[in-house]
Amino acid sequence: MGGITLKQVRKSFGDIDVIPGVDLEIKDGEFVVFVGPSGCGKSTLLRVIAGLEDVTSGQITIDGQDMTDAAPAKRGLAMVFQSYALYPHMTVRKNIAFPLKMARMDPAEQDRRVNHAANILNLTDYLDRRPGQLSGGQRQRVAIGRAIVREPSAFLFDEPLSNLDAALRVNMRVEISELHKKLATTMIYVTHDQVEAMTMADKIVVLRAGKVEQVGGPLELYHKPANRFVAGFIGSPNMNFLEGEVAARMGAHAIGVRPEHFSMSTSQGLLSGVVGVAEHLGSDTFLHVDLDNGPHIIARAAGEMPVNHGDRIWLTPQEGRVYRFDAKGLAL
Amino acid sequence: MATRQTQSLARLMRAPAILLLLVWMVVPLAMTLYYSFLDYNLLNPGQTSWAGWFNYKFFYTDPAFFAAIGNTLLLVLGVLAITVIGGVAIALLIDRPIFGQGLVRILIISPFFVMPPVAALIWKNMIMHPSYGVFADVARFFGAQPVDWFAQYPLMSIILIVAWQWLPFATLILLTALQSLDREQIEAAEMDGAGAVNRFIHLVAPHMARAVTVVILIQTIFLLGVYAEILVTTNGGPGYASTNLTYLIYRAARLNFDIGGAAAGGIIAVVLANIVAIFLMRAVGKNLD
Repeated sequence: MGGITLKQVRKSFGDIDVIPGVDLEIKDGEFVVFVGPSGCGKSTLLRVIAGLEDVTSGQITIDGQDMTDAAPAKRGLAMVFQSYALYPHMTVRKNIAFPLKMARMDPAEQDRRVNHAANILNLTDYLDRRPGQLSGGQRQRVAIGRAIVREPSAFLFDEPLSNLDAALRVNMRVEISELHKKLATTMIYVTHDQVEAMTMADKIVVLRAGKVEQVGGPLELYHKPANRFVAGFIGSPNMNFLEGEVAARMGAHAIGVRPEHFSMSTSQGLLSGVVGVAEHLGSDTFLHVDLDNGPHIIARAAGEMPVNHGDRIWLTPQEGRVYRFDAKGLAL
Repeated sequence: MATRQTQSLARLMRAPAILLLLVWMVVPLAMTLYYSFLDYNLLNPGQTSWAGWFNYKFFYTDPAFFAAIGNTLLLVLGVLAITVIGGVAIALLIDRPIFGQGLVRILIISPFFVMPPVAALIWKNMIMHPSYGVFADVARFFGAQPVDWFAQYPLMSIILIVAWQWLPFATLILLTALQSLDREQIEAAEMDGAGAVNRFIHLVAPHMARAVTVVILIQTIFLLGVYAEILVTTNGGPGYASTNLTYLIYRAARLNFDIGGAAAGGIIAVVLANIVAIFLMRAVGKNLD
């Protein structure tokens, strides 16, 4: 139904190659997240799939059909934009019904679908309001409703939660995930937030400068990052990298240890340093440690840890939790 | 202006400006009203006397009066139709990126910089003239009889000239409205399957409604007082075929030296302009909320 395949898709604006060539296979019903730092081309890639940008070369297949040059409306995809892009002078009902009206659908069927979508998204009480009278989260749901009613073969989300406040973002994240379970439709979701990527995705595509760095499930990326970039991007707080003597002892150019993979002690250990800032959250304790003649690292202890600013602390990477990288940044 | 103190202070500080505006408006209006009830002719300024409603009756019974009102409305509506439709079309055209965009935009705006009498003279002598105008040349090229525009279609010619002058204004306002339309909305509509025509009907047109309202309101104010273009081209003729209300008043005041009659005409024009204004605000004002 909603399988999407990209073959050597390249996109350049003038002389600049934004996407130098991407191969990607998205299976029907999968929740795929494109993640990467801003300017990595993830939004452009999504717009290329949507048909809002032409490909420079390459092929896009949707449902087994070549859609490389098809108009956006013909691809059977629905998109939710970052700004929601609701039509301000139309009521919520008309906004949601707009794609159906454009498709000249029977009015009774239009009503049925709009009501069904409103039901799913808790918008029934707001159908006669205009977008300007809705809160951010409600607008977001209207935008999703407008996408749902078309019963597309895949949904495209372009950073849909970035305009919401933190609490609402967590709620909407869950709602979108639940929606995916309910509809079981392919979804492609673009974000720069790795937490969104980790919590929602079946498959994460990590992009940097238009290149796919790694494709895999959230825990696969967490446990087996292909290179230093992916290792540093996935996980919060970021992975600590140590170079030099410590790394050389382990036969690598650099080693990476996640903050949660340190054993901490106030008396002995492999690395020693002075605590700069200690963040006591109750459930966790984050320690910002300046290693002796080494870099500044962050370590996480589960639960409470009675250490304060200026205390000396010893850190030992846990067995089997050390990532080794060669000089090019590839995992060993 | 949250507290009572700041409110009364604000009122005090606004007062001079409001007073000045009031005086500026009330004094001429009161004088015009006063003159309109006088038998006051500049050929005979010593023999000024009270005339009662005579000036109004005289103006109202003038056969030119209803012709002038009709011409005024035709002129306003004609120019509005051309500038709004043409303005939307040109704005849509120059909104897309083209080569030499800056130059094209300046050229399109330039008619607005030409003063009305100059523009009218150019049209009269270089474009619409039956023997050496551009239109005449074109007509002759196709073997047709050149049209004597100001004799055969006087009002239409003036509408054309005035529309040419106001088209840049409409285009400019409508273009800025068009540019403020969210690109993502257009893209969303594209994905929703709306073609160019549907996108225009459902997105662009409603978005531009407010700008169109502004164009209509502002232009109506100025178009009710069109005068210079008529003076330099047709002089209101032939007959009264291109005389509007403003020009009729000018005729009374400056050709017949009848100050009383002109003042009465002026008051009638003010009343009519207010009727038009109320009608307009009712019709399109809700777009401004």
